[in-house]
Amino acid sequence: MEQYEVMLAGFGGQGIMTAGQLIAYAGIKEDKQVAWIPSYGPEMRGGTAYCTVVLSDTRIGSPIVTNPRCICVFNRPSFDKFGPKVKPGGLFIVNSSLINVTSDRTDFIQLLVPANEMALKAGNGKAANIVILGAFIGASGVLKYETVRETLIEKLGKKKEYLDLNLQVLEEGYNLALETIGQKDRV
Amino acid sequence: MAKILMKGNEAIAEAAVKAGAQGYFCYPITPQSEVAEYMSRRMPELGRVFLQGESEVAVGNMLFGAASTGLRVFTTSSSPGISLMQEAISYMAGAQLPAVIVNIMRGGPGLGGILPAQSDYFQAVKGGGHGDYRLLVLAPSTVQEAVDLMMLSFHLADKYRNPVMMIGDGMIGQMMEAVEFPDEYKEDPLPPKDWDLTGAKGRSPRVVKSLFLDPVKLEDNSWLLHEKYERMKREEVRYELYKVSAKNKILIIAYGTMARICQTAIDELEQEGISVGLFRPISLFPFPEKEIKKEASKKNIQTVLTVEMSTAQMMEDVERAVLGAKPMAFFGHTGGIVPTP
Repeated sequence: MEQYEVMLAGFGGQGIMTAGQLIAYAGIKEDKQVAWIPSYGPEMRGGTAYCTVVLSDTRIGSPIVTNPRCICVFNRPSFDKFGPKVKPGGLFIVNSSLINVTSDRTDFIQLLVPANEMALKAGNGKAANIVILGAFIGASGVLKYETVRETLIEKLGKKKEYLDLNLQVLEEGYNLALETIGQKDRV
Repeated sequence: MAKILMKGNEAIAEAAVKAGAQGYFCYPITPQSEVAEYMSRRMPELGRVFLQGESEVAVGNMLFGAASTGLRVFTTSSSPGISLMQEAISYMAGAQLPAVIVNIMRGGPGLGGILPAQSDYFQAVKGGGHGDYRLLVLAPSTVQEAVDLMMLSFHLADKYRNPVMMIGDGMIGQMMEAVEFPDEYKEDPLPPKDWDLTGAKGRSPRVVKSLFLDPVKLEDNSWLLHEKYERMKREEVRYELYKVSAKNKILIIAYGTMARICQTAIDELEQEGISVGLFRPISLFPFPEKEIKKEASKKNIQTVLTVEMSTAQMMEDVERAVLGAKPMAFFGHTGGIVPTP
């Protein structure tokens, strides 16, 4: 792996920043160089929030990435804004619970994940970000599933009842991605 | 110590704690407020001083007062806040007081914006306040370097009895990267403090001041300060080279986050067969003039390109260093727009 960039985007409150930080924590666990960059600006409640995580085996140059390898969008405004920015040959993960359209682009892999529905079914709709995290790990293979699982236990382990739910949806998101994309086509 | 993931602002705060900062004075402003948030918890935990002033003017003078007692003290702010502190900074330089000031820069002038910029270069390097003084100015380009330079800043402030300013753009403050703190904080020996105000019981009184009404005494003080700045120029120049070689056609000069963006651009150009080298000043005062001159004068260099998130402020120093030896070019954005590779 030279360098892998993933962007997560959605509404404030959807757990975008947290999901990005979990990727960064897991990256450190695997001895990678990591940089996590939030969107910060004059934002308002209900406004957009996004973050970018860069993972690399070597020193990270620019923390600013024009075309990330993977973009995960959690809501429609992010879909519209960031869909065109996915690097050709990359991965576009769409929260199909809240986004009822799909991209016309054919030069990347599009993965539809009904994240809110899956999280609700497991017991709490707020865990949609962890569903997407699982799907990202499954579809990209950039980090080991076990590493991310351990990271969740470390970082979200204080509340046992939520941890179990988070671990469950992480696995479900991961499996969904693997079943849809298949091990050999990971991006 | 193992690597941990930290936001630049928090890492700067913890680095100050590790370097033994005993007092921190602040007023919140984006994009550096996380330093204050972190310190509001951390300093009381350690029985040290955390104080939020009523304005940056007050904070600057709190720093001045606390520094005169010989304690390790610092403040952090962002561009408009740093402007409000300039009076106190000038007084501290005149009275030869050590203190560390961090500016996590945002776009200006005026209230400007809150996104990353490097437009306070002149303010940091050329004065900012009134009078014949200089700050020692350091500019990190990664969160780890922000930690290392923060600790060094306290040492240099004490070594020279002069305020030290660390400037980073908003990106350095907001970004999270892996950082490692030393298990044990170590620094070179420092001269004993024989000027600090600790109560005159049992010794003759001391005076810390920047007021010298006798012009001869004021001139003496100014030349004394000048001597220190000349010594900094000899001893404290810091920089880093990236892919500098005899194949380079272009030499880029860039600092902070901008230098990292240039690194990636240089890697991409290398793929296209264009060889470019990077000279990254780490100390902005003292500015690595001789070193830039040396690299720029090499026969293979056709152009010296300065890249900044400002309208060519550092470029004036680069021009002064290169002295017409090579054609110059500039690329930059400002106002909070961060260029991409």
